[in-house]
Amino acid sequence: MDAFTTLSYEEAFEKLEQAVTALQDKRLDLDHALKHYEEGMKLAQYCHDLLQKAELRVQQLRITDDGDLESEPLDLA
Amino acid sequence: MLFPELEPEPFSADWSVAQVVRHLKELLETDIELQGIRVHGEISGCKTVSSGHCYFTLKDAEAQLSCVFFKWARQRSAAQELRDGMAVAVSGRFSLYERDGKLQLYVDRVEFTGAGELATRFEQLKTRLQAEGLFEAERKRPLPQAPAVIGIVTSLQAAALRDMLRVLRTRYPLAQVVIAPSLVQGSEAPAALATALDLLNEHGEAEVIIVARGGGSIEELWAFNEEVVARAIARSRVPVISGVGHETDFTIADFVADYRASTPTAAATKAVPDIVDLQAATFGYQQELGSLIEDFLLRYRENLERAERQLERESPRSRLERLQQQLDGTIETLQEQMQHWLALQQERLKGVTLSLDALSPERIIERGYSIVRRASDRSIITHVAQVQPGDELAIQVADGQISARATAD
Repeated sequence: MDAFTTLSYEEAFEKLEQAVTALQDKRLDLDHALKHYEEGMKLAQYCHDLLQKAELRVQQLRITDDGDLESEPLDLA
Repeated sequence: MLFPELEPEPFSADWSVAQVVRHLKELLETDIELQGIRVHGEISGCKTVSSGHCYFTLKDAEAQLSCVFFKWARQRSAAQELRDGMAVAVSGRFSLYERDGKLQLYVDRVEFTGAGELATRFEQLKTRLQAEGLFEAERKRPLPQAPAVIGIVTSLQAAALRDMLRVLRTRYPLAQVVIAPSLVQGSEAPAALATALDLLNEHGEAEVIIVARGGGSIEELWAFNEEVVARAIARSRVPVISGVGHETDFTIADFVADYRASTPTAAATKAVPDIVDLQAATFGYQQELGSLIEDFLLRYRENLERAERQLERESPRSRLERLQQQLDGTIETLQEQMQHWLALQQERLKGVTLSLDALSPERIIERGYSIVRRASDRSIITHVAQVQPGDELAIQVADGQISARATAD
């Protein structure tokens, strides 16, 4: 059930939208309804957590001595 | 040898700064040529301060001069508002501002001689790129809703970069920022900006690129009016947001960009969604999930209750109860009808009794009739032939009986 902890925010949010859409189907049986509900609630919590914990990562592009392009963390403080 | 050792020249007497500045000032102010002069150039760095005085730089391709246009002089000359890039002929006199040791042209009059070289170049390039279709609305690509990686082309030293990072950190900390540092002013800047844009495209992670620079004079912003920058923006594979200078500054880069933001801060704001909205959206879905499952469970519960009620209705006990009730009802009806019938009969009986009473012999006798009987056998005499003279008779009247004897006449 916690398989989505590797999802990006966008992916998780999209799945959340899907869960809501699925649950809107009135012909759903109870088992599936509960499954969509639980998954949706977990996804929502996961989205909240991601937003809560998110911290902007800042990187700088750099050309190495070999002429390759790489990005390295940039600290402007 | 760079500095050959020469015999030092004998210096004139020692001067204080004030003395030498005053001396220079005097030289300037006594030069007839410099006291009534007309200079052609282009206006730049024009600034009108609260006192109403206007300061600007007059420049051409090789040199520049500081100019002061005092309020009273401006009012007298009724000059139109000065703007950067204007080609002008400035009349006035030279002097030295002692406090700063600064050579200044004190302006009496400004005449406009044309749009200015920079402005001309701007217009020419703008017309050319426009004709090429580089500014067309159809070329503008939609910006990604929530870019995971944002490319920024600007100077690492710029306050603009800090402003943008602050906005991104607050609005959308989920993002990753990749900065391609670049010069943003001077002759090297156009090529550097173009290279930085290309590098970000080559790196390939950025989903949107912000090209930005904080406010400055038209010359300081000029790099963003160069064709190489316009071309680099046009060939970028991902949408480009420009955020150059202030609200009022328009550059060629702005016209080519997929979105023109008025400032670097506005560019960063435009690039990402607001975390507050995301939280609200997630919260909204959470609410909806809750109410949907509640409806669902309610429907199930209602169905269950309906089934229970149905079952209850069909149970032996309730069937028995129903029969009992039916029976009770029937008995009650029966009793009611019985009562009704009895009452009816009583009424009828009463009627019959009354009629009967009216017809009884007593009633008739009371009206004056009498009954005659033979005393011997109590038979009722109805005809003369039944009686022989001498027969004993009993005549019944209302209140008793009279004895009589039949005679022969």
